[in-house]
Amino acid sequence: MQAFDAIELGQAMEALDVPITAALITGGAIATRDYFPGHIDLEAARALGSQAVFMNILTTNGLVQRFVQGWSGPQSRLCDLKIKLGAPHYPGDTLRFSGSVTDKRPQDRTVELSFKGANSMGSHVTGTVRVRFP
Amino acid sequence: MAEPSWMDSARALVGKEYGRVYAWDKVNAPMIRQWCEIMGVDASPYLVEGVVHAPEAMLQVWCMEGFTLNNYPPGSTTENPYEVLKLMEAQGLASVVAVNSELQFSRAVREGERLYYTTRLDTISPEKTTALGTGYFVTLVMRYFSEIASGDQEVGQLLFRVFKFKPTQAAAPSAPASAPAKPKRPAPGISDDTRFFWEGARAGQLRIQRCTACGTLRHPPGPVCPQCHSFEWDAVTASGRGTVYSFVVMHYPEVPPFEHPNPIALIELEEGTRLITQLVGVAPGDARIGQKVQVEFHTYDGDLVLPQFRPVPDAN
Repeated sequence: MQAFDAIELGQAMEALDVPITAALITGGAIATRDYFPGHIDLEAARALGSQAVFMNILTTNGLVQRFVQGWSGPQSRLCDLKIKLGAPHYPGDTLRFSGSVTDKRPQDRTVELSFKGANSMGSHVTGTVRVRFP
Repeated sequence: MAEPSWMDSARALVGKEYGRVYAWDKVNAPMIRQWCEIMGVDASPYLVEGVVHAPEAMLQVWCMEGFTLNNYPPGSTTENPYEVLKLMEAQGLASVVAVNSELQFSRAVREGERLYYTTRLDTISPEKTTALGTGYFVTLVMRYFSEIASGDQEVGQLLFRVFKFKPTQAAAPSAPASAPAKPKRPAPGISDDTRFFWEGARAGQLRIQRCTACGTLRHPPGPVCPQCHSFEWDAVTASGRGTVYSFVVMHYPEVPPFEHPNPIALIELEEGTRLITQLVGVAPGDARIGQKVQVEFHTYDGDLVLPQFRPVPDAN
């Protein structure tokens, strides 16, 4: 958890490793009410040319919120969440989040965080989040 | 380049606004708690009695159709905001991949609020070819509102961009592996013209092709001397010292198994020829033109030996 006044531009965020399991992928799809077969049905995912069920975007967004607030604290609020999508996420892999502070605005007590979530196939997600501190 | 005529009907849809899609459920604590449980987000700040509100990244969840595809709550539009993709599909652009998701949040959404969104087809790019195939980037903008008797309030917005394309080749579903295979470095294509170079690397030597008729050194290797057109050649061993003539640093896209940012340099050797190579032992921000470098050989994936260059202090 960060104190706004102590945050410095360029400061690194603590890395977060999220083990990717079939349960997280299918559970994440259902918790986000996304029943697209590629996220919950192995045979359907294979028929789509994937090796396994793959993570849906809304779960990726949820994990980004966890990574960001794990650093900024539970009382901080997200102003935006902008991601660029890359390699898919399959069970058995690990999602490693890393990031740093790329802007700080004292006038509205916000910082911009630039982050990356990588797996063994490369970059799964890159993006920025603007967080407002209480 | 002229576009296919069917694209006129696709482009005619740009700017079109699609009606409301409602949420099945009002913002509620059970869905928030279960979402937090899966995502690993601490739910307690969101579930305070009387001030229950949703984590921001949940915004889209409220208006998802759920188990039955295309089954939206009563009052929702019957038009398909993705109709432009159907149009493209009919023209053989069978595949789709999401590229960008940009959420903006105007305010927190609270327990009991009923949300809906409207969609605008924002842009269609010119035809683009990527590693996946050829097609169009299609951008949609969804605006999320809370239904309020005194006047609906916008609570957030989503910019969603997809690439709708015809794949370069149908990706054959390979035998499913339990874990993703580790990507390897691409191996060089070795021919009669280039074999000496790669054999030299394996022997720890950086070799340069030399014309035996006129003595001119050349790189990259080829069958004919560009100076005197002789086909006769041999090779000399370079000192391995050179300078950075130019460089680029690859940031994006990140292609495994390479580390990123990835500094790639054009090295001018002492002997006068230049070659493209990877820089090692230098922070990407510290690479500079004119930097003195020295070759070293690294082995990848068991048997691939590559010459790479590391900065060395200036002699003077």
